[in-house]
Amino acid sequence: MSQTTLSYGRVRHGLAPWARIAGLTVCALLTLGPVVWTVSTSLRTPAEAFDLPPQLIPTNPSTEAYRGVFDQIDVWLLALNSTLVTGLIAIGQMITAGLAGYAFARLEFRFKKPLFGLVLATMMVPLQVTIVPVFLVLKSMSLTDTLLGLIIPAFPTAFGTFLMRQYFLGMPKDLGEAAMLDGAGPWRTFRSVYAPLAAPGLAIVGVLAFNYHWNEFFRPLILETSGQNYTLPLGLVSLQGNLGTGSISVVLAGVVLSMIPAVLVFVVGQRPLREGITSAGVNR
Amino acid sequence: MTNTQIPPARAARPGTPPSPAAQRPPARDRGTRLLATLFLAPTIVGIVVFTVVPIIGSVVLSLFHWNVIDSPSYAGLSNYGEVFGDETVLVSFRNTLVFMVLAVALQLLVALVLALAVNGRMPVWLRSVFRSAFFFPLVLSAASISVVMKYLFNQDFGVVNWLLGFVGIAPVPWLTSENAAMATVVLVYVWQQFGFSFLLFVGGLNNIPKEIHEAAALDGATGLRKHLSVTLPLLSPTLLVASVVGIINALQVFEQPYVLTNGGPGDATRTVVMVIYENAFEQLRFGEASAVGVLLFVLIMAVTALQFRLSRRFVHYQ
Repeated sequence: MSQTTLSYGRVRHGLAPWARIAGLTVCALLTLGPVVWTVSTSLRTPAEAFDLPPQLIPTNPSTEAYRGVFDQIDVWLLALNSTLVTGLIAIGQMITAGLAGYAFARLEFRFKKPLFGLVLATMMVPLQVTIVPVFLVLKSMSLTDTLLGLIIPAFPTAFGTFLMRQYFLGMPKDLGEAAMLDGAGPWRTFRSVYAPLAAPGLAIVGVLAFNYHWNEFFRPLILETSGQNYTLPLGLVSLQGNLGTGSISVVLAGVVLSMIPAVLVFVVGQRPLREGITSAGVNR
Repeated sequence: MTNTQIPPARAARPGTPPSPAAQRPPARDRGTRLLATLFLAPTIVGIVVFTVVPIIGSVVLSLFHWNVIDSPSYAGLSNYGEVFGDETVLVSFRNTLVFMVLAVALQLLVALVLALAVNGRMPVWLRSVFRSAFFFPLVLSAASISVVMKYLFNQDFGVVNWLLGFVGIAPVPWLTSENAAMATVVLVYVWQQFGFSFLLFVGGLNNIPKEIHEAAALDGATGLRKHLSVTLPLLSPTLLVASVVGIINALQVFEQPYVLTNGGPGDATRTVVMVIYENAFEQLRFGEASAVGVLLFVLIMAVTALQFRLSRRFVHYQ
């Protein structure tokens, strides 16, 4: 009897735990492998970059490739552009999403439902469908080939608004009622009671915005025509095009440089990022 | 966490009437409405200017011939006629649909299997290592990842073929043959994207109450059977979201084919968004580009609607 239950138990788990963990380890190596290869190849001299087998730890580590990147593109300028664009969009989205989310969650006004429906509907509209008219709108404002042209259209965020609305809805209502009783107007109620509590939600919006726009390629490719307005992803792809000599370690050094802030955000903002993504699935 | 910071406002003022909100003076209502208007203005104005007007603009533009330099001329539906007669456009729609099916299927499968595996018994630190590893590619830029992958998948000196050499597989022309190129684009895309569905599934699995699995185990459900008839139905709302988001994203694929193959060889990996980009910003055919955009929009709406339709039969809510 006890033997049957034992074997039963073994069948129930299907795969042995060690096999499952071994499989997961292989998958994790496949996932991280290209990144490790990128870093290690960027630390080889351009002449050794093609060597096979790829050395995981370069025998003659060299920063020559990194110097090559700085020689060929103005890394500081591109990084500054990327930082400005990404930072301002992140701040802008936190403000617009925080305000709109609060309005939808806690204020009463006419057309609330249709307006919220409009916001939700725009989540469905792909950027590429609207890009031609958006380009023309920006052109009429003389904002094409400027960083502002990248920044301003990215301020409203349907997903961020939705997220912040859920966030504010999750806060107890009696807090605001108590503040009202104390004589606080609607602005004071927002400013001193709810807004400070919203910080973790706003962090999610900010981290998501940073991640998305730091890596953004399509809009900069279309909007920015002169090199001094390029952002890092654009500069990198052009770096690859300039070469032709086949110095892949230079290109990969550029990739590593552009990854650094994204990786920092991953390390620091992992949790908000994960919560932002997970809530896309759970909240709807 | 947030709850601990909440001041006990109610308790501080005992004896106040419980619900004064019902009879607020009208002045306060006006204040609220004003505040709502101010709070919503940036978002709503932004959405109207940069999404609603452009959608209408796309439809209108698709009815004109326009190259920005000359003034636009009304073209009726001829842009659509041109688009349907254009081999490249038709191929790009076919490519995009093929890409969507392959990429979404593979992405969901990989993510689901890994989420189930990570959900099994293991030390907490190990679980979080795996979770971080699978989610890591998501924070990288698709453009720079594609630059990296272009080298890894190089036929002659790429690491992938070198590795395959060990198991005796001859070098594969990953990016240069018509048959392999699409598969490579799918692989690169899935490599970067599966973490998104993975996170959704991990969240979804955590939401399934433990007792249900225990009850199923008591009823004799085991191994694969348990997953198929218990876990999957309970996970179906998450599966729906993951597939809807996955499909909408896949239909907009651009960076990977643009950087990896530039649509080639021939038109083998040219996608709809690449065609929009090339028409509008390389050839200055704004009308045709808008027509393709409108068709893509219709396609996305149709596929999503179909999916919600079908899902009514398969999605179970607790």
